[in-house]
Amino acid sequence: MNNMMNSEKERLYHDIGVIDFVVVEMTEYLDTHPTDKEAMEYLNHYVRMKNQAMREYAMKFGPLRISDADSCNQNEWKWATQDWPWNGGC
Amino acid sequence: MWSYEKRLQFPVNIKEPNAKLAQAIMSQYGGPDGELGASMRYISQRYSMPYNEVAAILTDIGTEELAHLEMVSTIVHQLTRNLSMEEIEKSGFANYYVDHTVGIWPMAAGGIPFNSCEFQSKGDAITDLFEDMAAEQKARTTYDNILRLVKDDPDVCAPIKFLRAREIVHFQRFGEANREDCSKSKQKITKTYIHAPLKAADFGFRTKRKDKSIMPVFRVEKVKDYTIMPNTHLRNRQLSLRAKGLLCQILSYPFF
Repeated sequence: MNNMMNSEKERLYHDIGVIDFVVVEMTEYLDTHPTDKEAMEYLNHYVRMKNQAMREYAMKFGPLRISDADSCNQNEWKWATQDWPWNGGC
Repeated sequence: MWSYEKRLQFPVNIKEPNAKLAQAIMSQYGGPDGELGASMRYISQRYSMPYNEVAAILTDIGTEELAHLEMVSTIVHQLTRNLSMEEIEKSGFANYYVDHTVGIWPMAAGGIPFNSCEFQSKGDAITDLFEDMAAEQKARTTYDNILRLVKDDPDVCAPIKFLRAREIVHFQRFGEANREDCSKSKQKITKTYIHAPLKAADFGFRTKRKDKSIMPVFRVEKVKDYTIMPNTHLRNRQLSLRAKGLLCQILSYPFF
């Protein structure tokens, strides 16, 4: 059970990393190509996807950013109690 | 305003400690071409940037560099955790250890502390953007050197290769910003204030004339659609006006 939980957690964390990479890359691209409509739609799609994934992660495993804190229905402030990224926390 | 996401931009999971390697990689944290300098450079340069698009790229890349800073710190942290005293002494890590234990402190591989003299904020759009492009290449070279030292530890190689690739993308974006900056199509009219020479009144003498201490100068900066040619042809009396006109015409076309 615990093992399965971990793998789902890792998968979701990995997906967030991939989705956010697209967001970062497209943001920087749009800064120098501010009239590229296709790129804007592409970015918006991934921003929505990221928000969805971040909320899902917060709901299941604790928040990765404070703006998702309201998605957590736990009794504990996991932002502070869980491992930090440099110690393999995810 | 900034907000933090509690995750790394690219995963770092190093199992084997290696204090020697940690010392080399530390340079990309607080060294001359490290991520700390990169982030501070771009974030500081924003305030004198005349174009919104360029301020945007400085903000977004400056922010990404903070995420890189966290990745490099994580690599150093994971390479130095669980070290035995014997390993610390053997790997030449004792000099760092005596001052910082295994804490993360920004310095170059050679031990020189982080210094803001490693970057510029010159207040000139073109100057700053060329510096930024050079900075990305210098960081890329450092990552190349690190990769040669790492050899084949995949746990360390993967995040370093990711960071190296980002330097190349940022170089590209700064290049685009530089072109955009140089070719803002409309002629830019700038109003510059210069200080007039000192007058008698400045020394406490009364004068009848009203002194103007600040004088506006209007200057049109041509950035597009103009031709440069030597005056020697224009001053040459042996050439007819027709020939000079024709020469101007020819020189105004590209690739002559």
